[in-house]
Amino acid sequence: MKAFTRETSTVAYVPGVNCDTDQIIPGRFLKADRAEGYDKFLFHDIRRDAAGNLDPRFPLNRPDAQGARILLVEDNFGCGSSREGAVYALADAGIRALLAPSFGDIFFNNALKNGIVPVRLPAAVCEAVADHLAADPQATVTVDLEAAQVILPGDLGAHPITIDAFARDCLLQGLDEIEMTFTYMDRIAAFEAERMARNPWLGR
Amino acid sequence: MTPASDKTPRTLFGKIWDAHEILRHPSGQSLLYTDRDLIHEGSFHAFADLKRRNLRPRRPQQIFGIADHYVPTLGRSADDAASPAIARMIRTFDENMEWGGLRHFGIASREQGIVHVVAPEQGITLPGLTIVCSDSHTSTQGALGAIAFGIGQSENAHVLATQTLWQMRPRTMRVTVDGRLGQGITAKDVMLALIARIGAAGAGGHAIEYAGQVVRDMSIEARLTMCNLSIEAAARLGMVAPDETTFRYVAGRHYAPTDQEWDLAMAQWRALPTDDGATFDREVELDGGAIAPMVTWGTSPEDAVPITGRIPDPASFASADKRKAAAKSLEYMDLAPGTELDGLLIDRVFIGSCTNSRIEDLRAAAAILKDRKAAIPAIVVPGSTQVREQAEAEGLARIFREAGFEWRQSGCSMCAAMNGDVVGPGERCASTSNRNFVGRQGPGARTHLVSPAMAAAAAITGRLTDVRRL
Ligand code: SF4
Repeated sequence: MKAFTRETSTVAYVPGVNCDTDQIIPGRFLKADRAEGYDKFLFHDIRRDAAGNLDPRFPLNRPDAQGARILLVEDNFGCGSSREGAVYALADAGIRALLAPSFGDIFFNNALKNGIVPVRLPAAVCEAVADHLAADPQATVTVDLEAAQVILPGDLGAHPITIDAFARDCLLQGLDEIEMTFTYMDRIAAFEAERMARNPWLGR
Repeated sequence: MTPASDKTPRTLFGKIWDAHEILRHPSGQSLLYTDRDLIHEGSFHAFADLKRRNLRPRRPQQIFGIADHYVPTLGRSADDAASPAIARMIRTFDENMEWGGLRHFGIASREQGIVHVVAPEQGITLPGLTIVCSDSHTSTQGALGAIAFGIGQSENAHVLATQTLWQMRPRTMRVTVDGRLGQGITAKDVMLALIARIGAAGAGGHAIEYAGQVVRDMSIEARLTMCNLSIEAAARLGMVAPDETTFRYVAGRHYAPTDQEWDLAMAQWRALPTDDGATFDREVELDGGAIAPMVTWGTSPEDAVPITGRIPDPASFASADKRKAAAKSLEYMDLAPGTELDGLLIDRVFIGSCTNSRIEDLRAAAAILKDRKAAIPAIVVPGSTQVREQAEAEGLARIFREAGFEWRQSGCSMCAAMNGDVVGPGERCASTSNRNFVGRQGPGARTHLVSPAMAAAAAITGRLTDVRRL
């Protein structure tokens, strides 16, 4: 996994509560091989008009959103389907962090496994960031995972990043979780042996 | 969060979690043992990951592969698929299952069906287990008293390689539904009423236990519908304490224990229900008697109202976010505030999905359709091949066909439109599935979520209809 220490970037604001993963990547694109790149599927249907052309009003289509590696989104972002393709689409489009009051649980975990930091901020703070961006679209935000804080523009100050220390360590070091879990294999095997002894029908 | 002594009253959730925690990292993450991993066609990313690492599935006998998302419903071979790309998904799945030496219920198998319908049906889902699947509706399987939740493909690769998963322990929520449901009111209506009340983000980070008289009186099939929709309230999972109804359901199923092992299992299962005095982080109560048949009007499952209601005015919502979202929903759905739901014209009907495609669901729809005719195109997609066979044996298939419904082969079908079964752009569909998201049933498709009986009623009249009138 790509390590994450610190990221400073302009921010694109994609509004909409309960933005589900079907909006982030429609189901019909999930057949694609990852090597093909998933960036072209990001928000595919909602960033286009009825004729299939890019809608200039969609936030990510605006000139000032180009190059943003941080997205400001709304409550319950990434709810719905567990499709990790939603995170692949964001990652392949260069997105490294997301700011929102809350995220879908599965999406949250998927993001962490792909080097994207989902930052939960109070709703009022998110609104203040949105207001600030409206006035100054080139304002930057720094997501500093090492210091476990996000530095917001203007006088909005710094806010703590509340992800657990385990996920944070994995991200900081770009740790491979499977490799790390293998170091516990003795304990896993012992646990498993006992569980199978008590529930022999489980392992047949 | 601290390890409980034998004396501390514990929840159903807490008991199962504790029994599967191999260790706890100082950061708070638990390394959980996963008893079962269920695989479907979308799992190809996890297999690619394993192959890149030169790893194989570590416990093949605990992993079950079931083809559902991409399978055609008009035939039983990859050659029947709607496109070469979809056919490739089905073939790749078969290859991966064979490569991994995994239990495999492929498209032509008699055990095939939607993974969350098949797993309980085959006794793969049992009380007290931890079950994962790279699908959000894995929550369905908690109905038998298991911890069952959806994961992503990176997590899936981790489970395949280690049979474990790192997880933060969710908070707990108990939803108590007391009283008695009225005539024609189903588990689907209870859940839409709950989601409308607490919101699509309402149970975020929580494991829900459903309790109360209404839930105790429910069949396993209805409980599966309840737990299925937990994810639409953003819950990590849903579950119901195992009881005599559960044990009767499980007994004799293919992968369930038998003989002395059954007795051994029963002794463990009887100890699972939440102890008196155990506490939950949140409690929600619903009056079962006050719930009406529900229908959604917008593009989130929380946009649900009784069929006797009207489409709300976006201006009536408390927050600016919700007002904006409601206005956008209504624009997409091409609906005006104040419109009565009862009587709204519908273009087609879909009965199916892991929410409502079990035999009881088909019976409920068929009871309405008997000696009647559908006024609009309608399809029934049974949740599994076994449900299909049973429905044929019971004469339900004939009722559907005589009413003008298409009687299809089992799979996810029009729930997610991945196999090519789509609702056309601008078409309005009364659907027994679980998500009315923008474009979920096809680009531009407009979905109204309803129960199977309500879907049948809509097929007959060509309009959303209060089934209690029929
Ligand atoms: S029926 Fe629908 S919700 Fe259920 S597993 Fe299939 S696609 Fe997902």
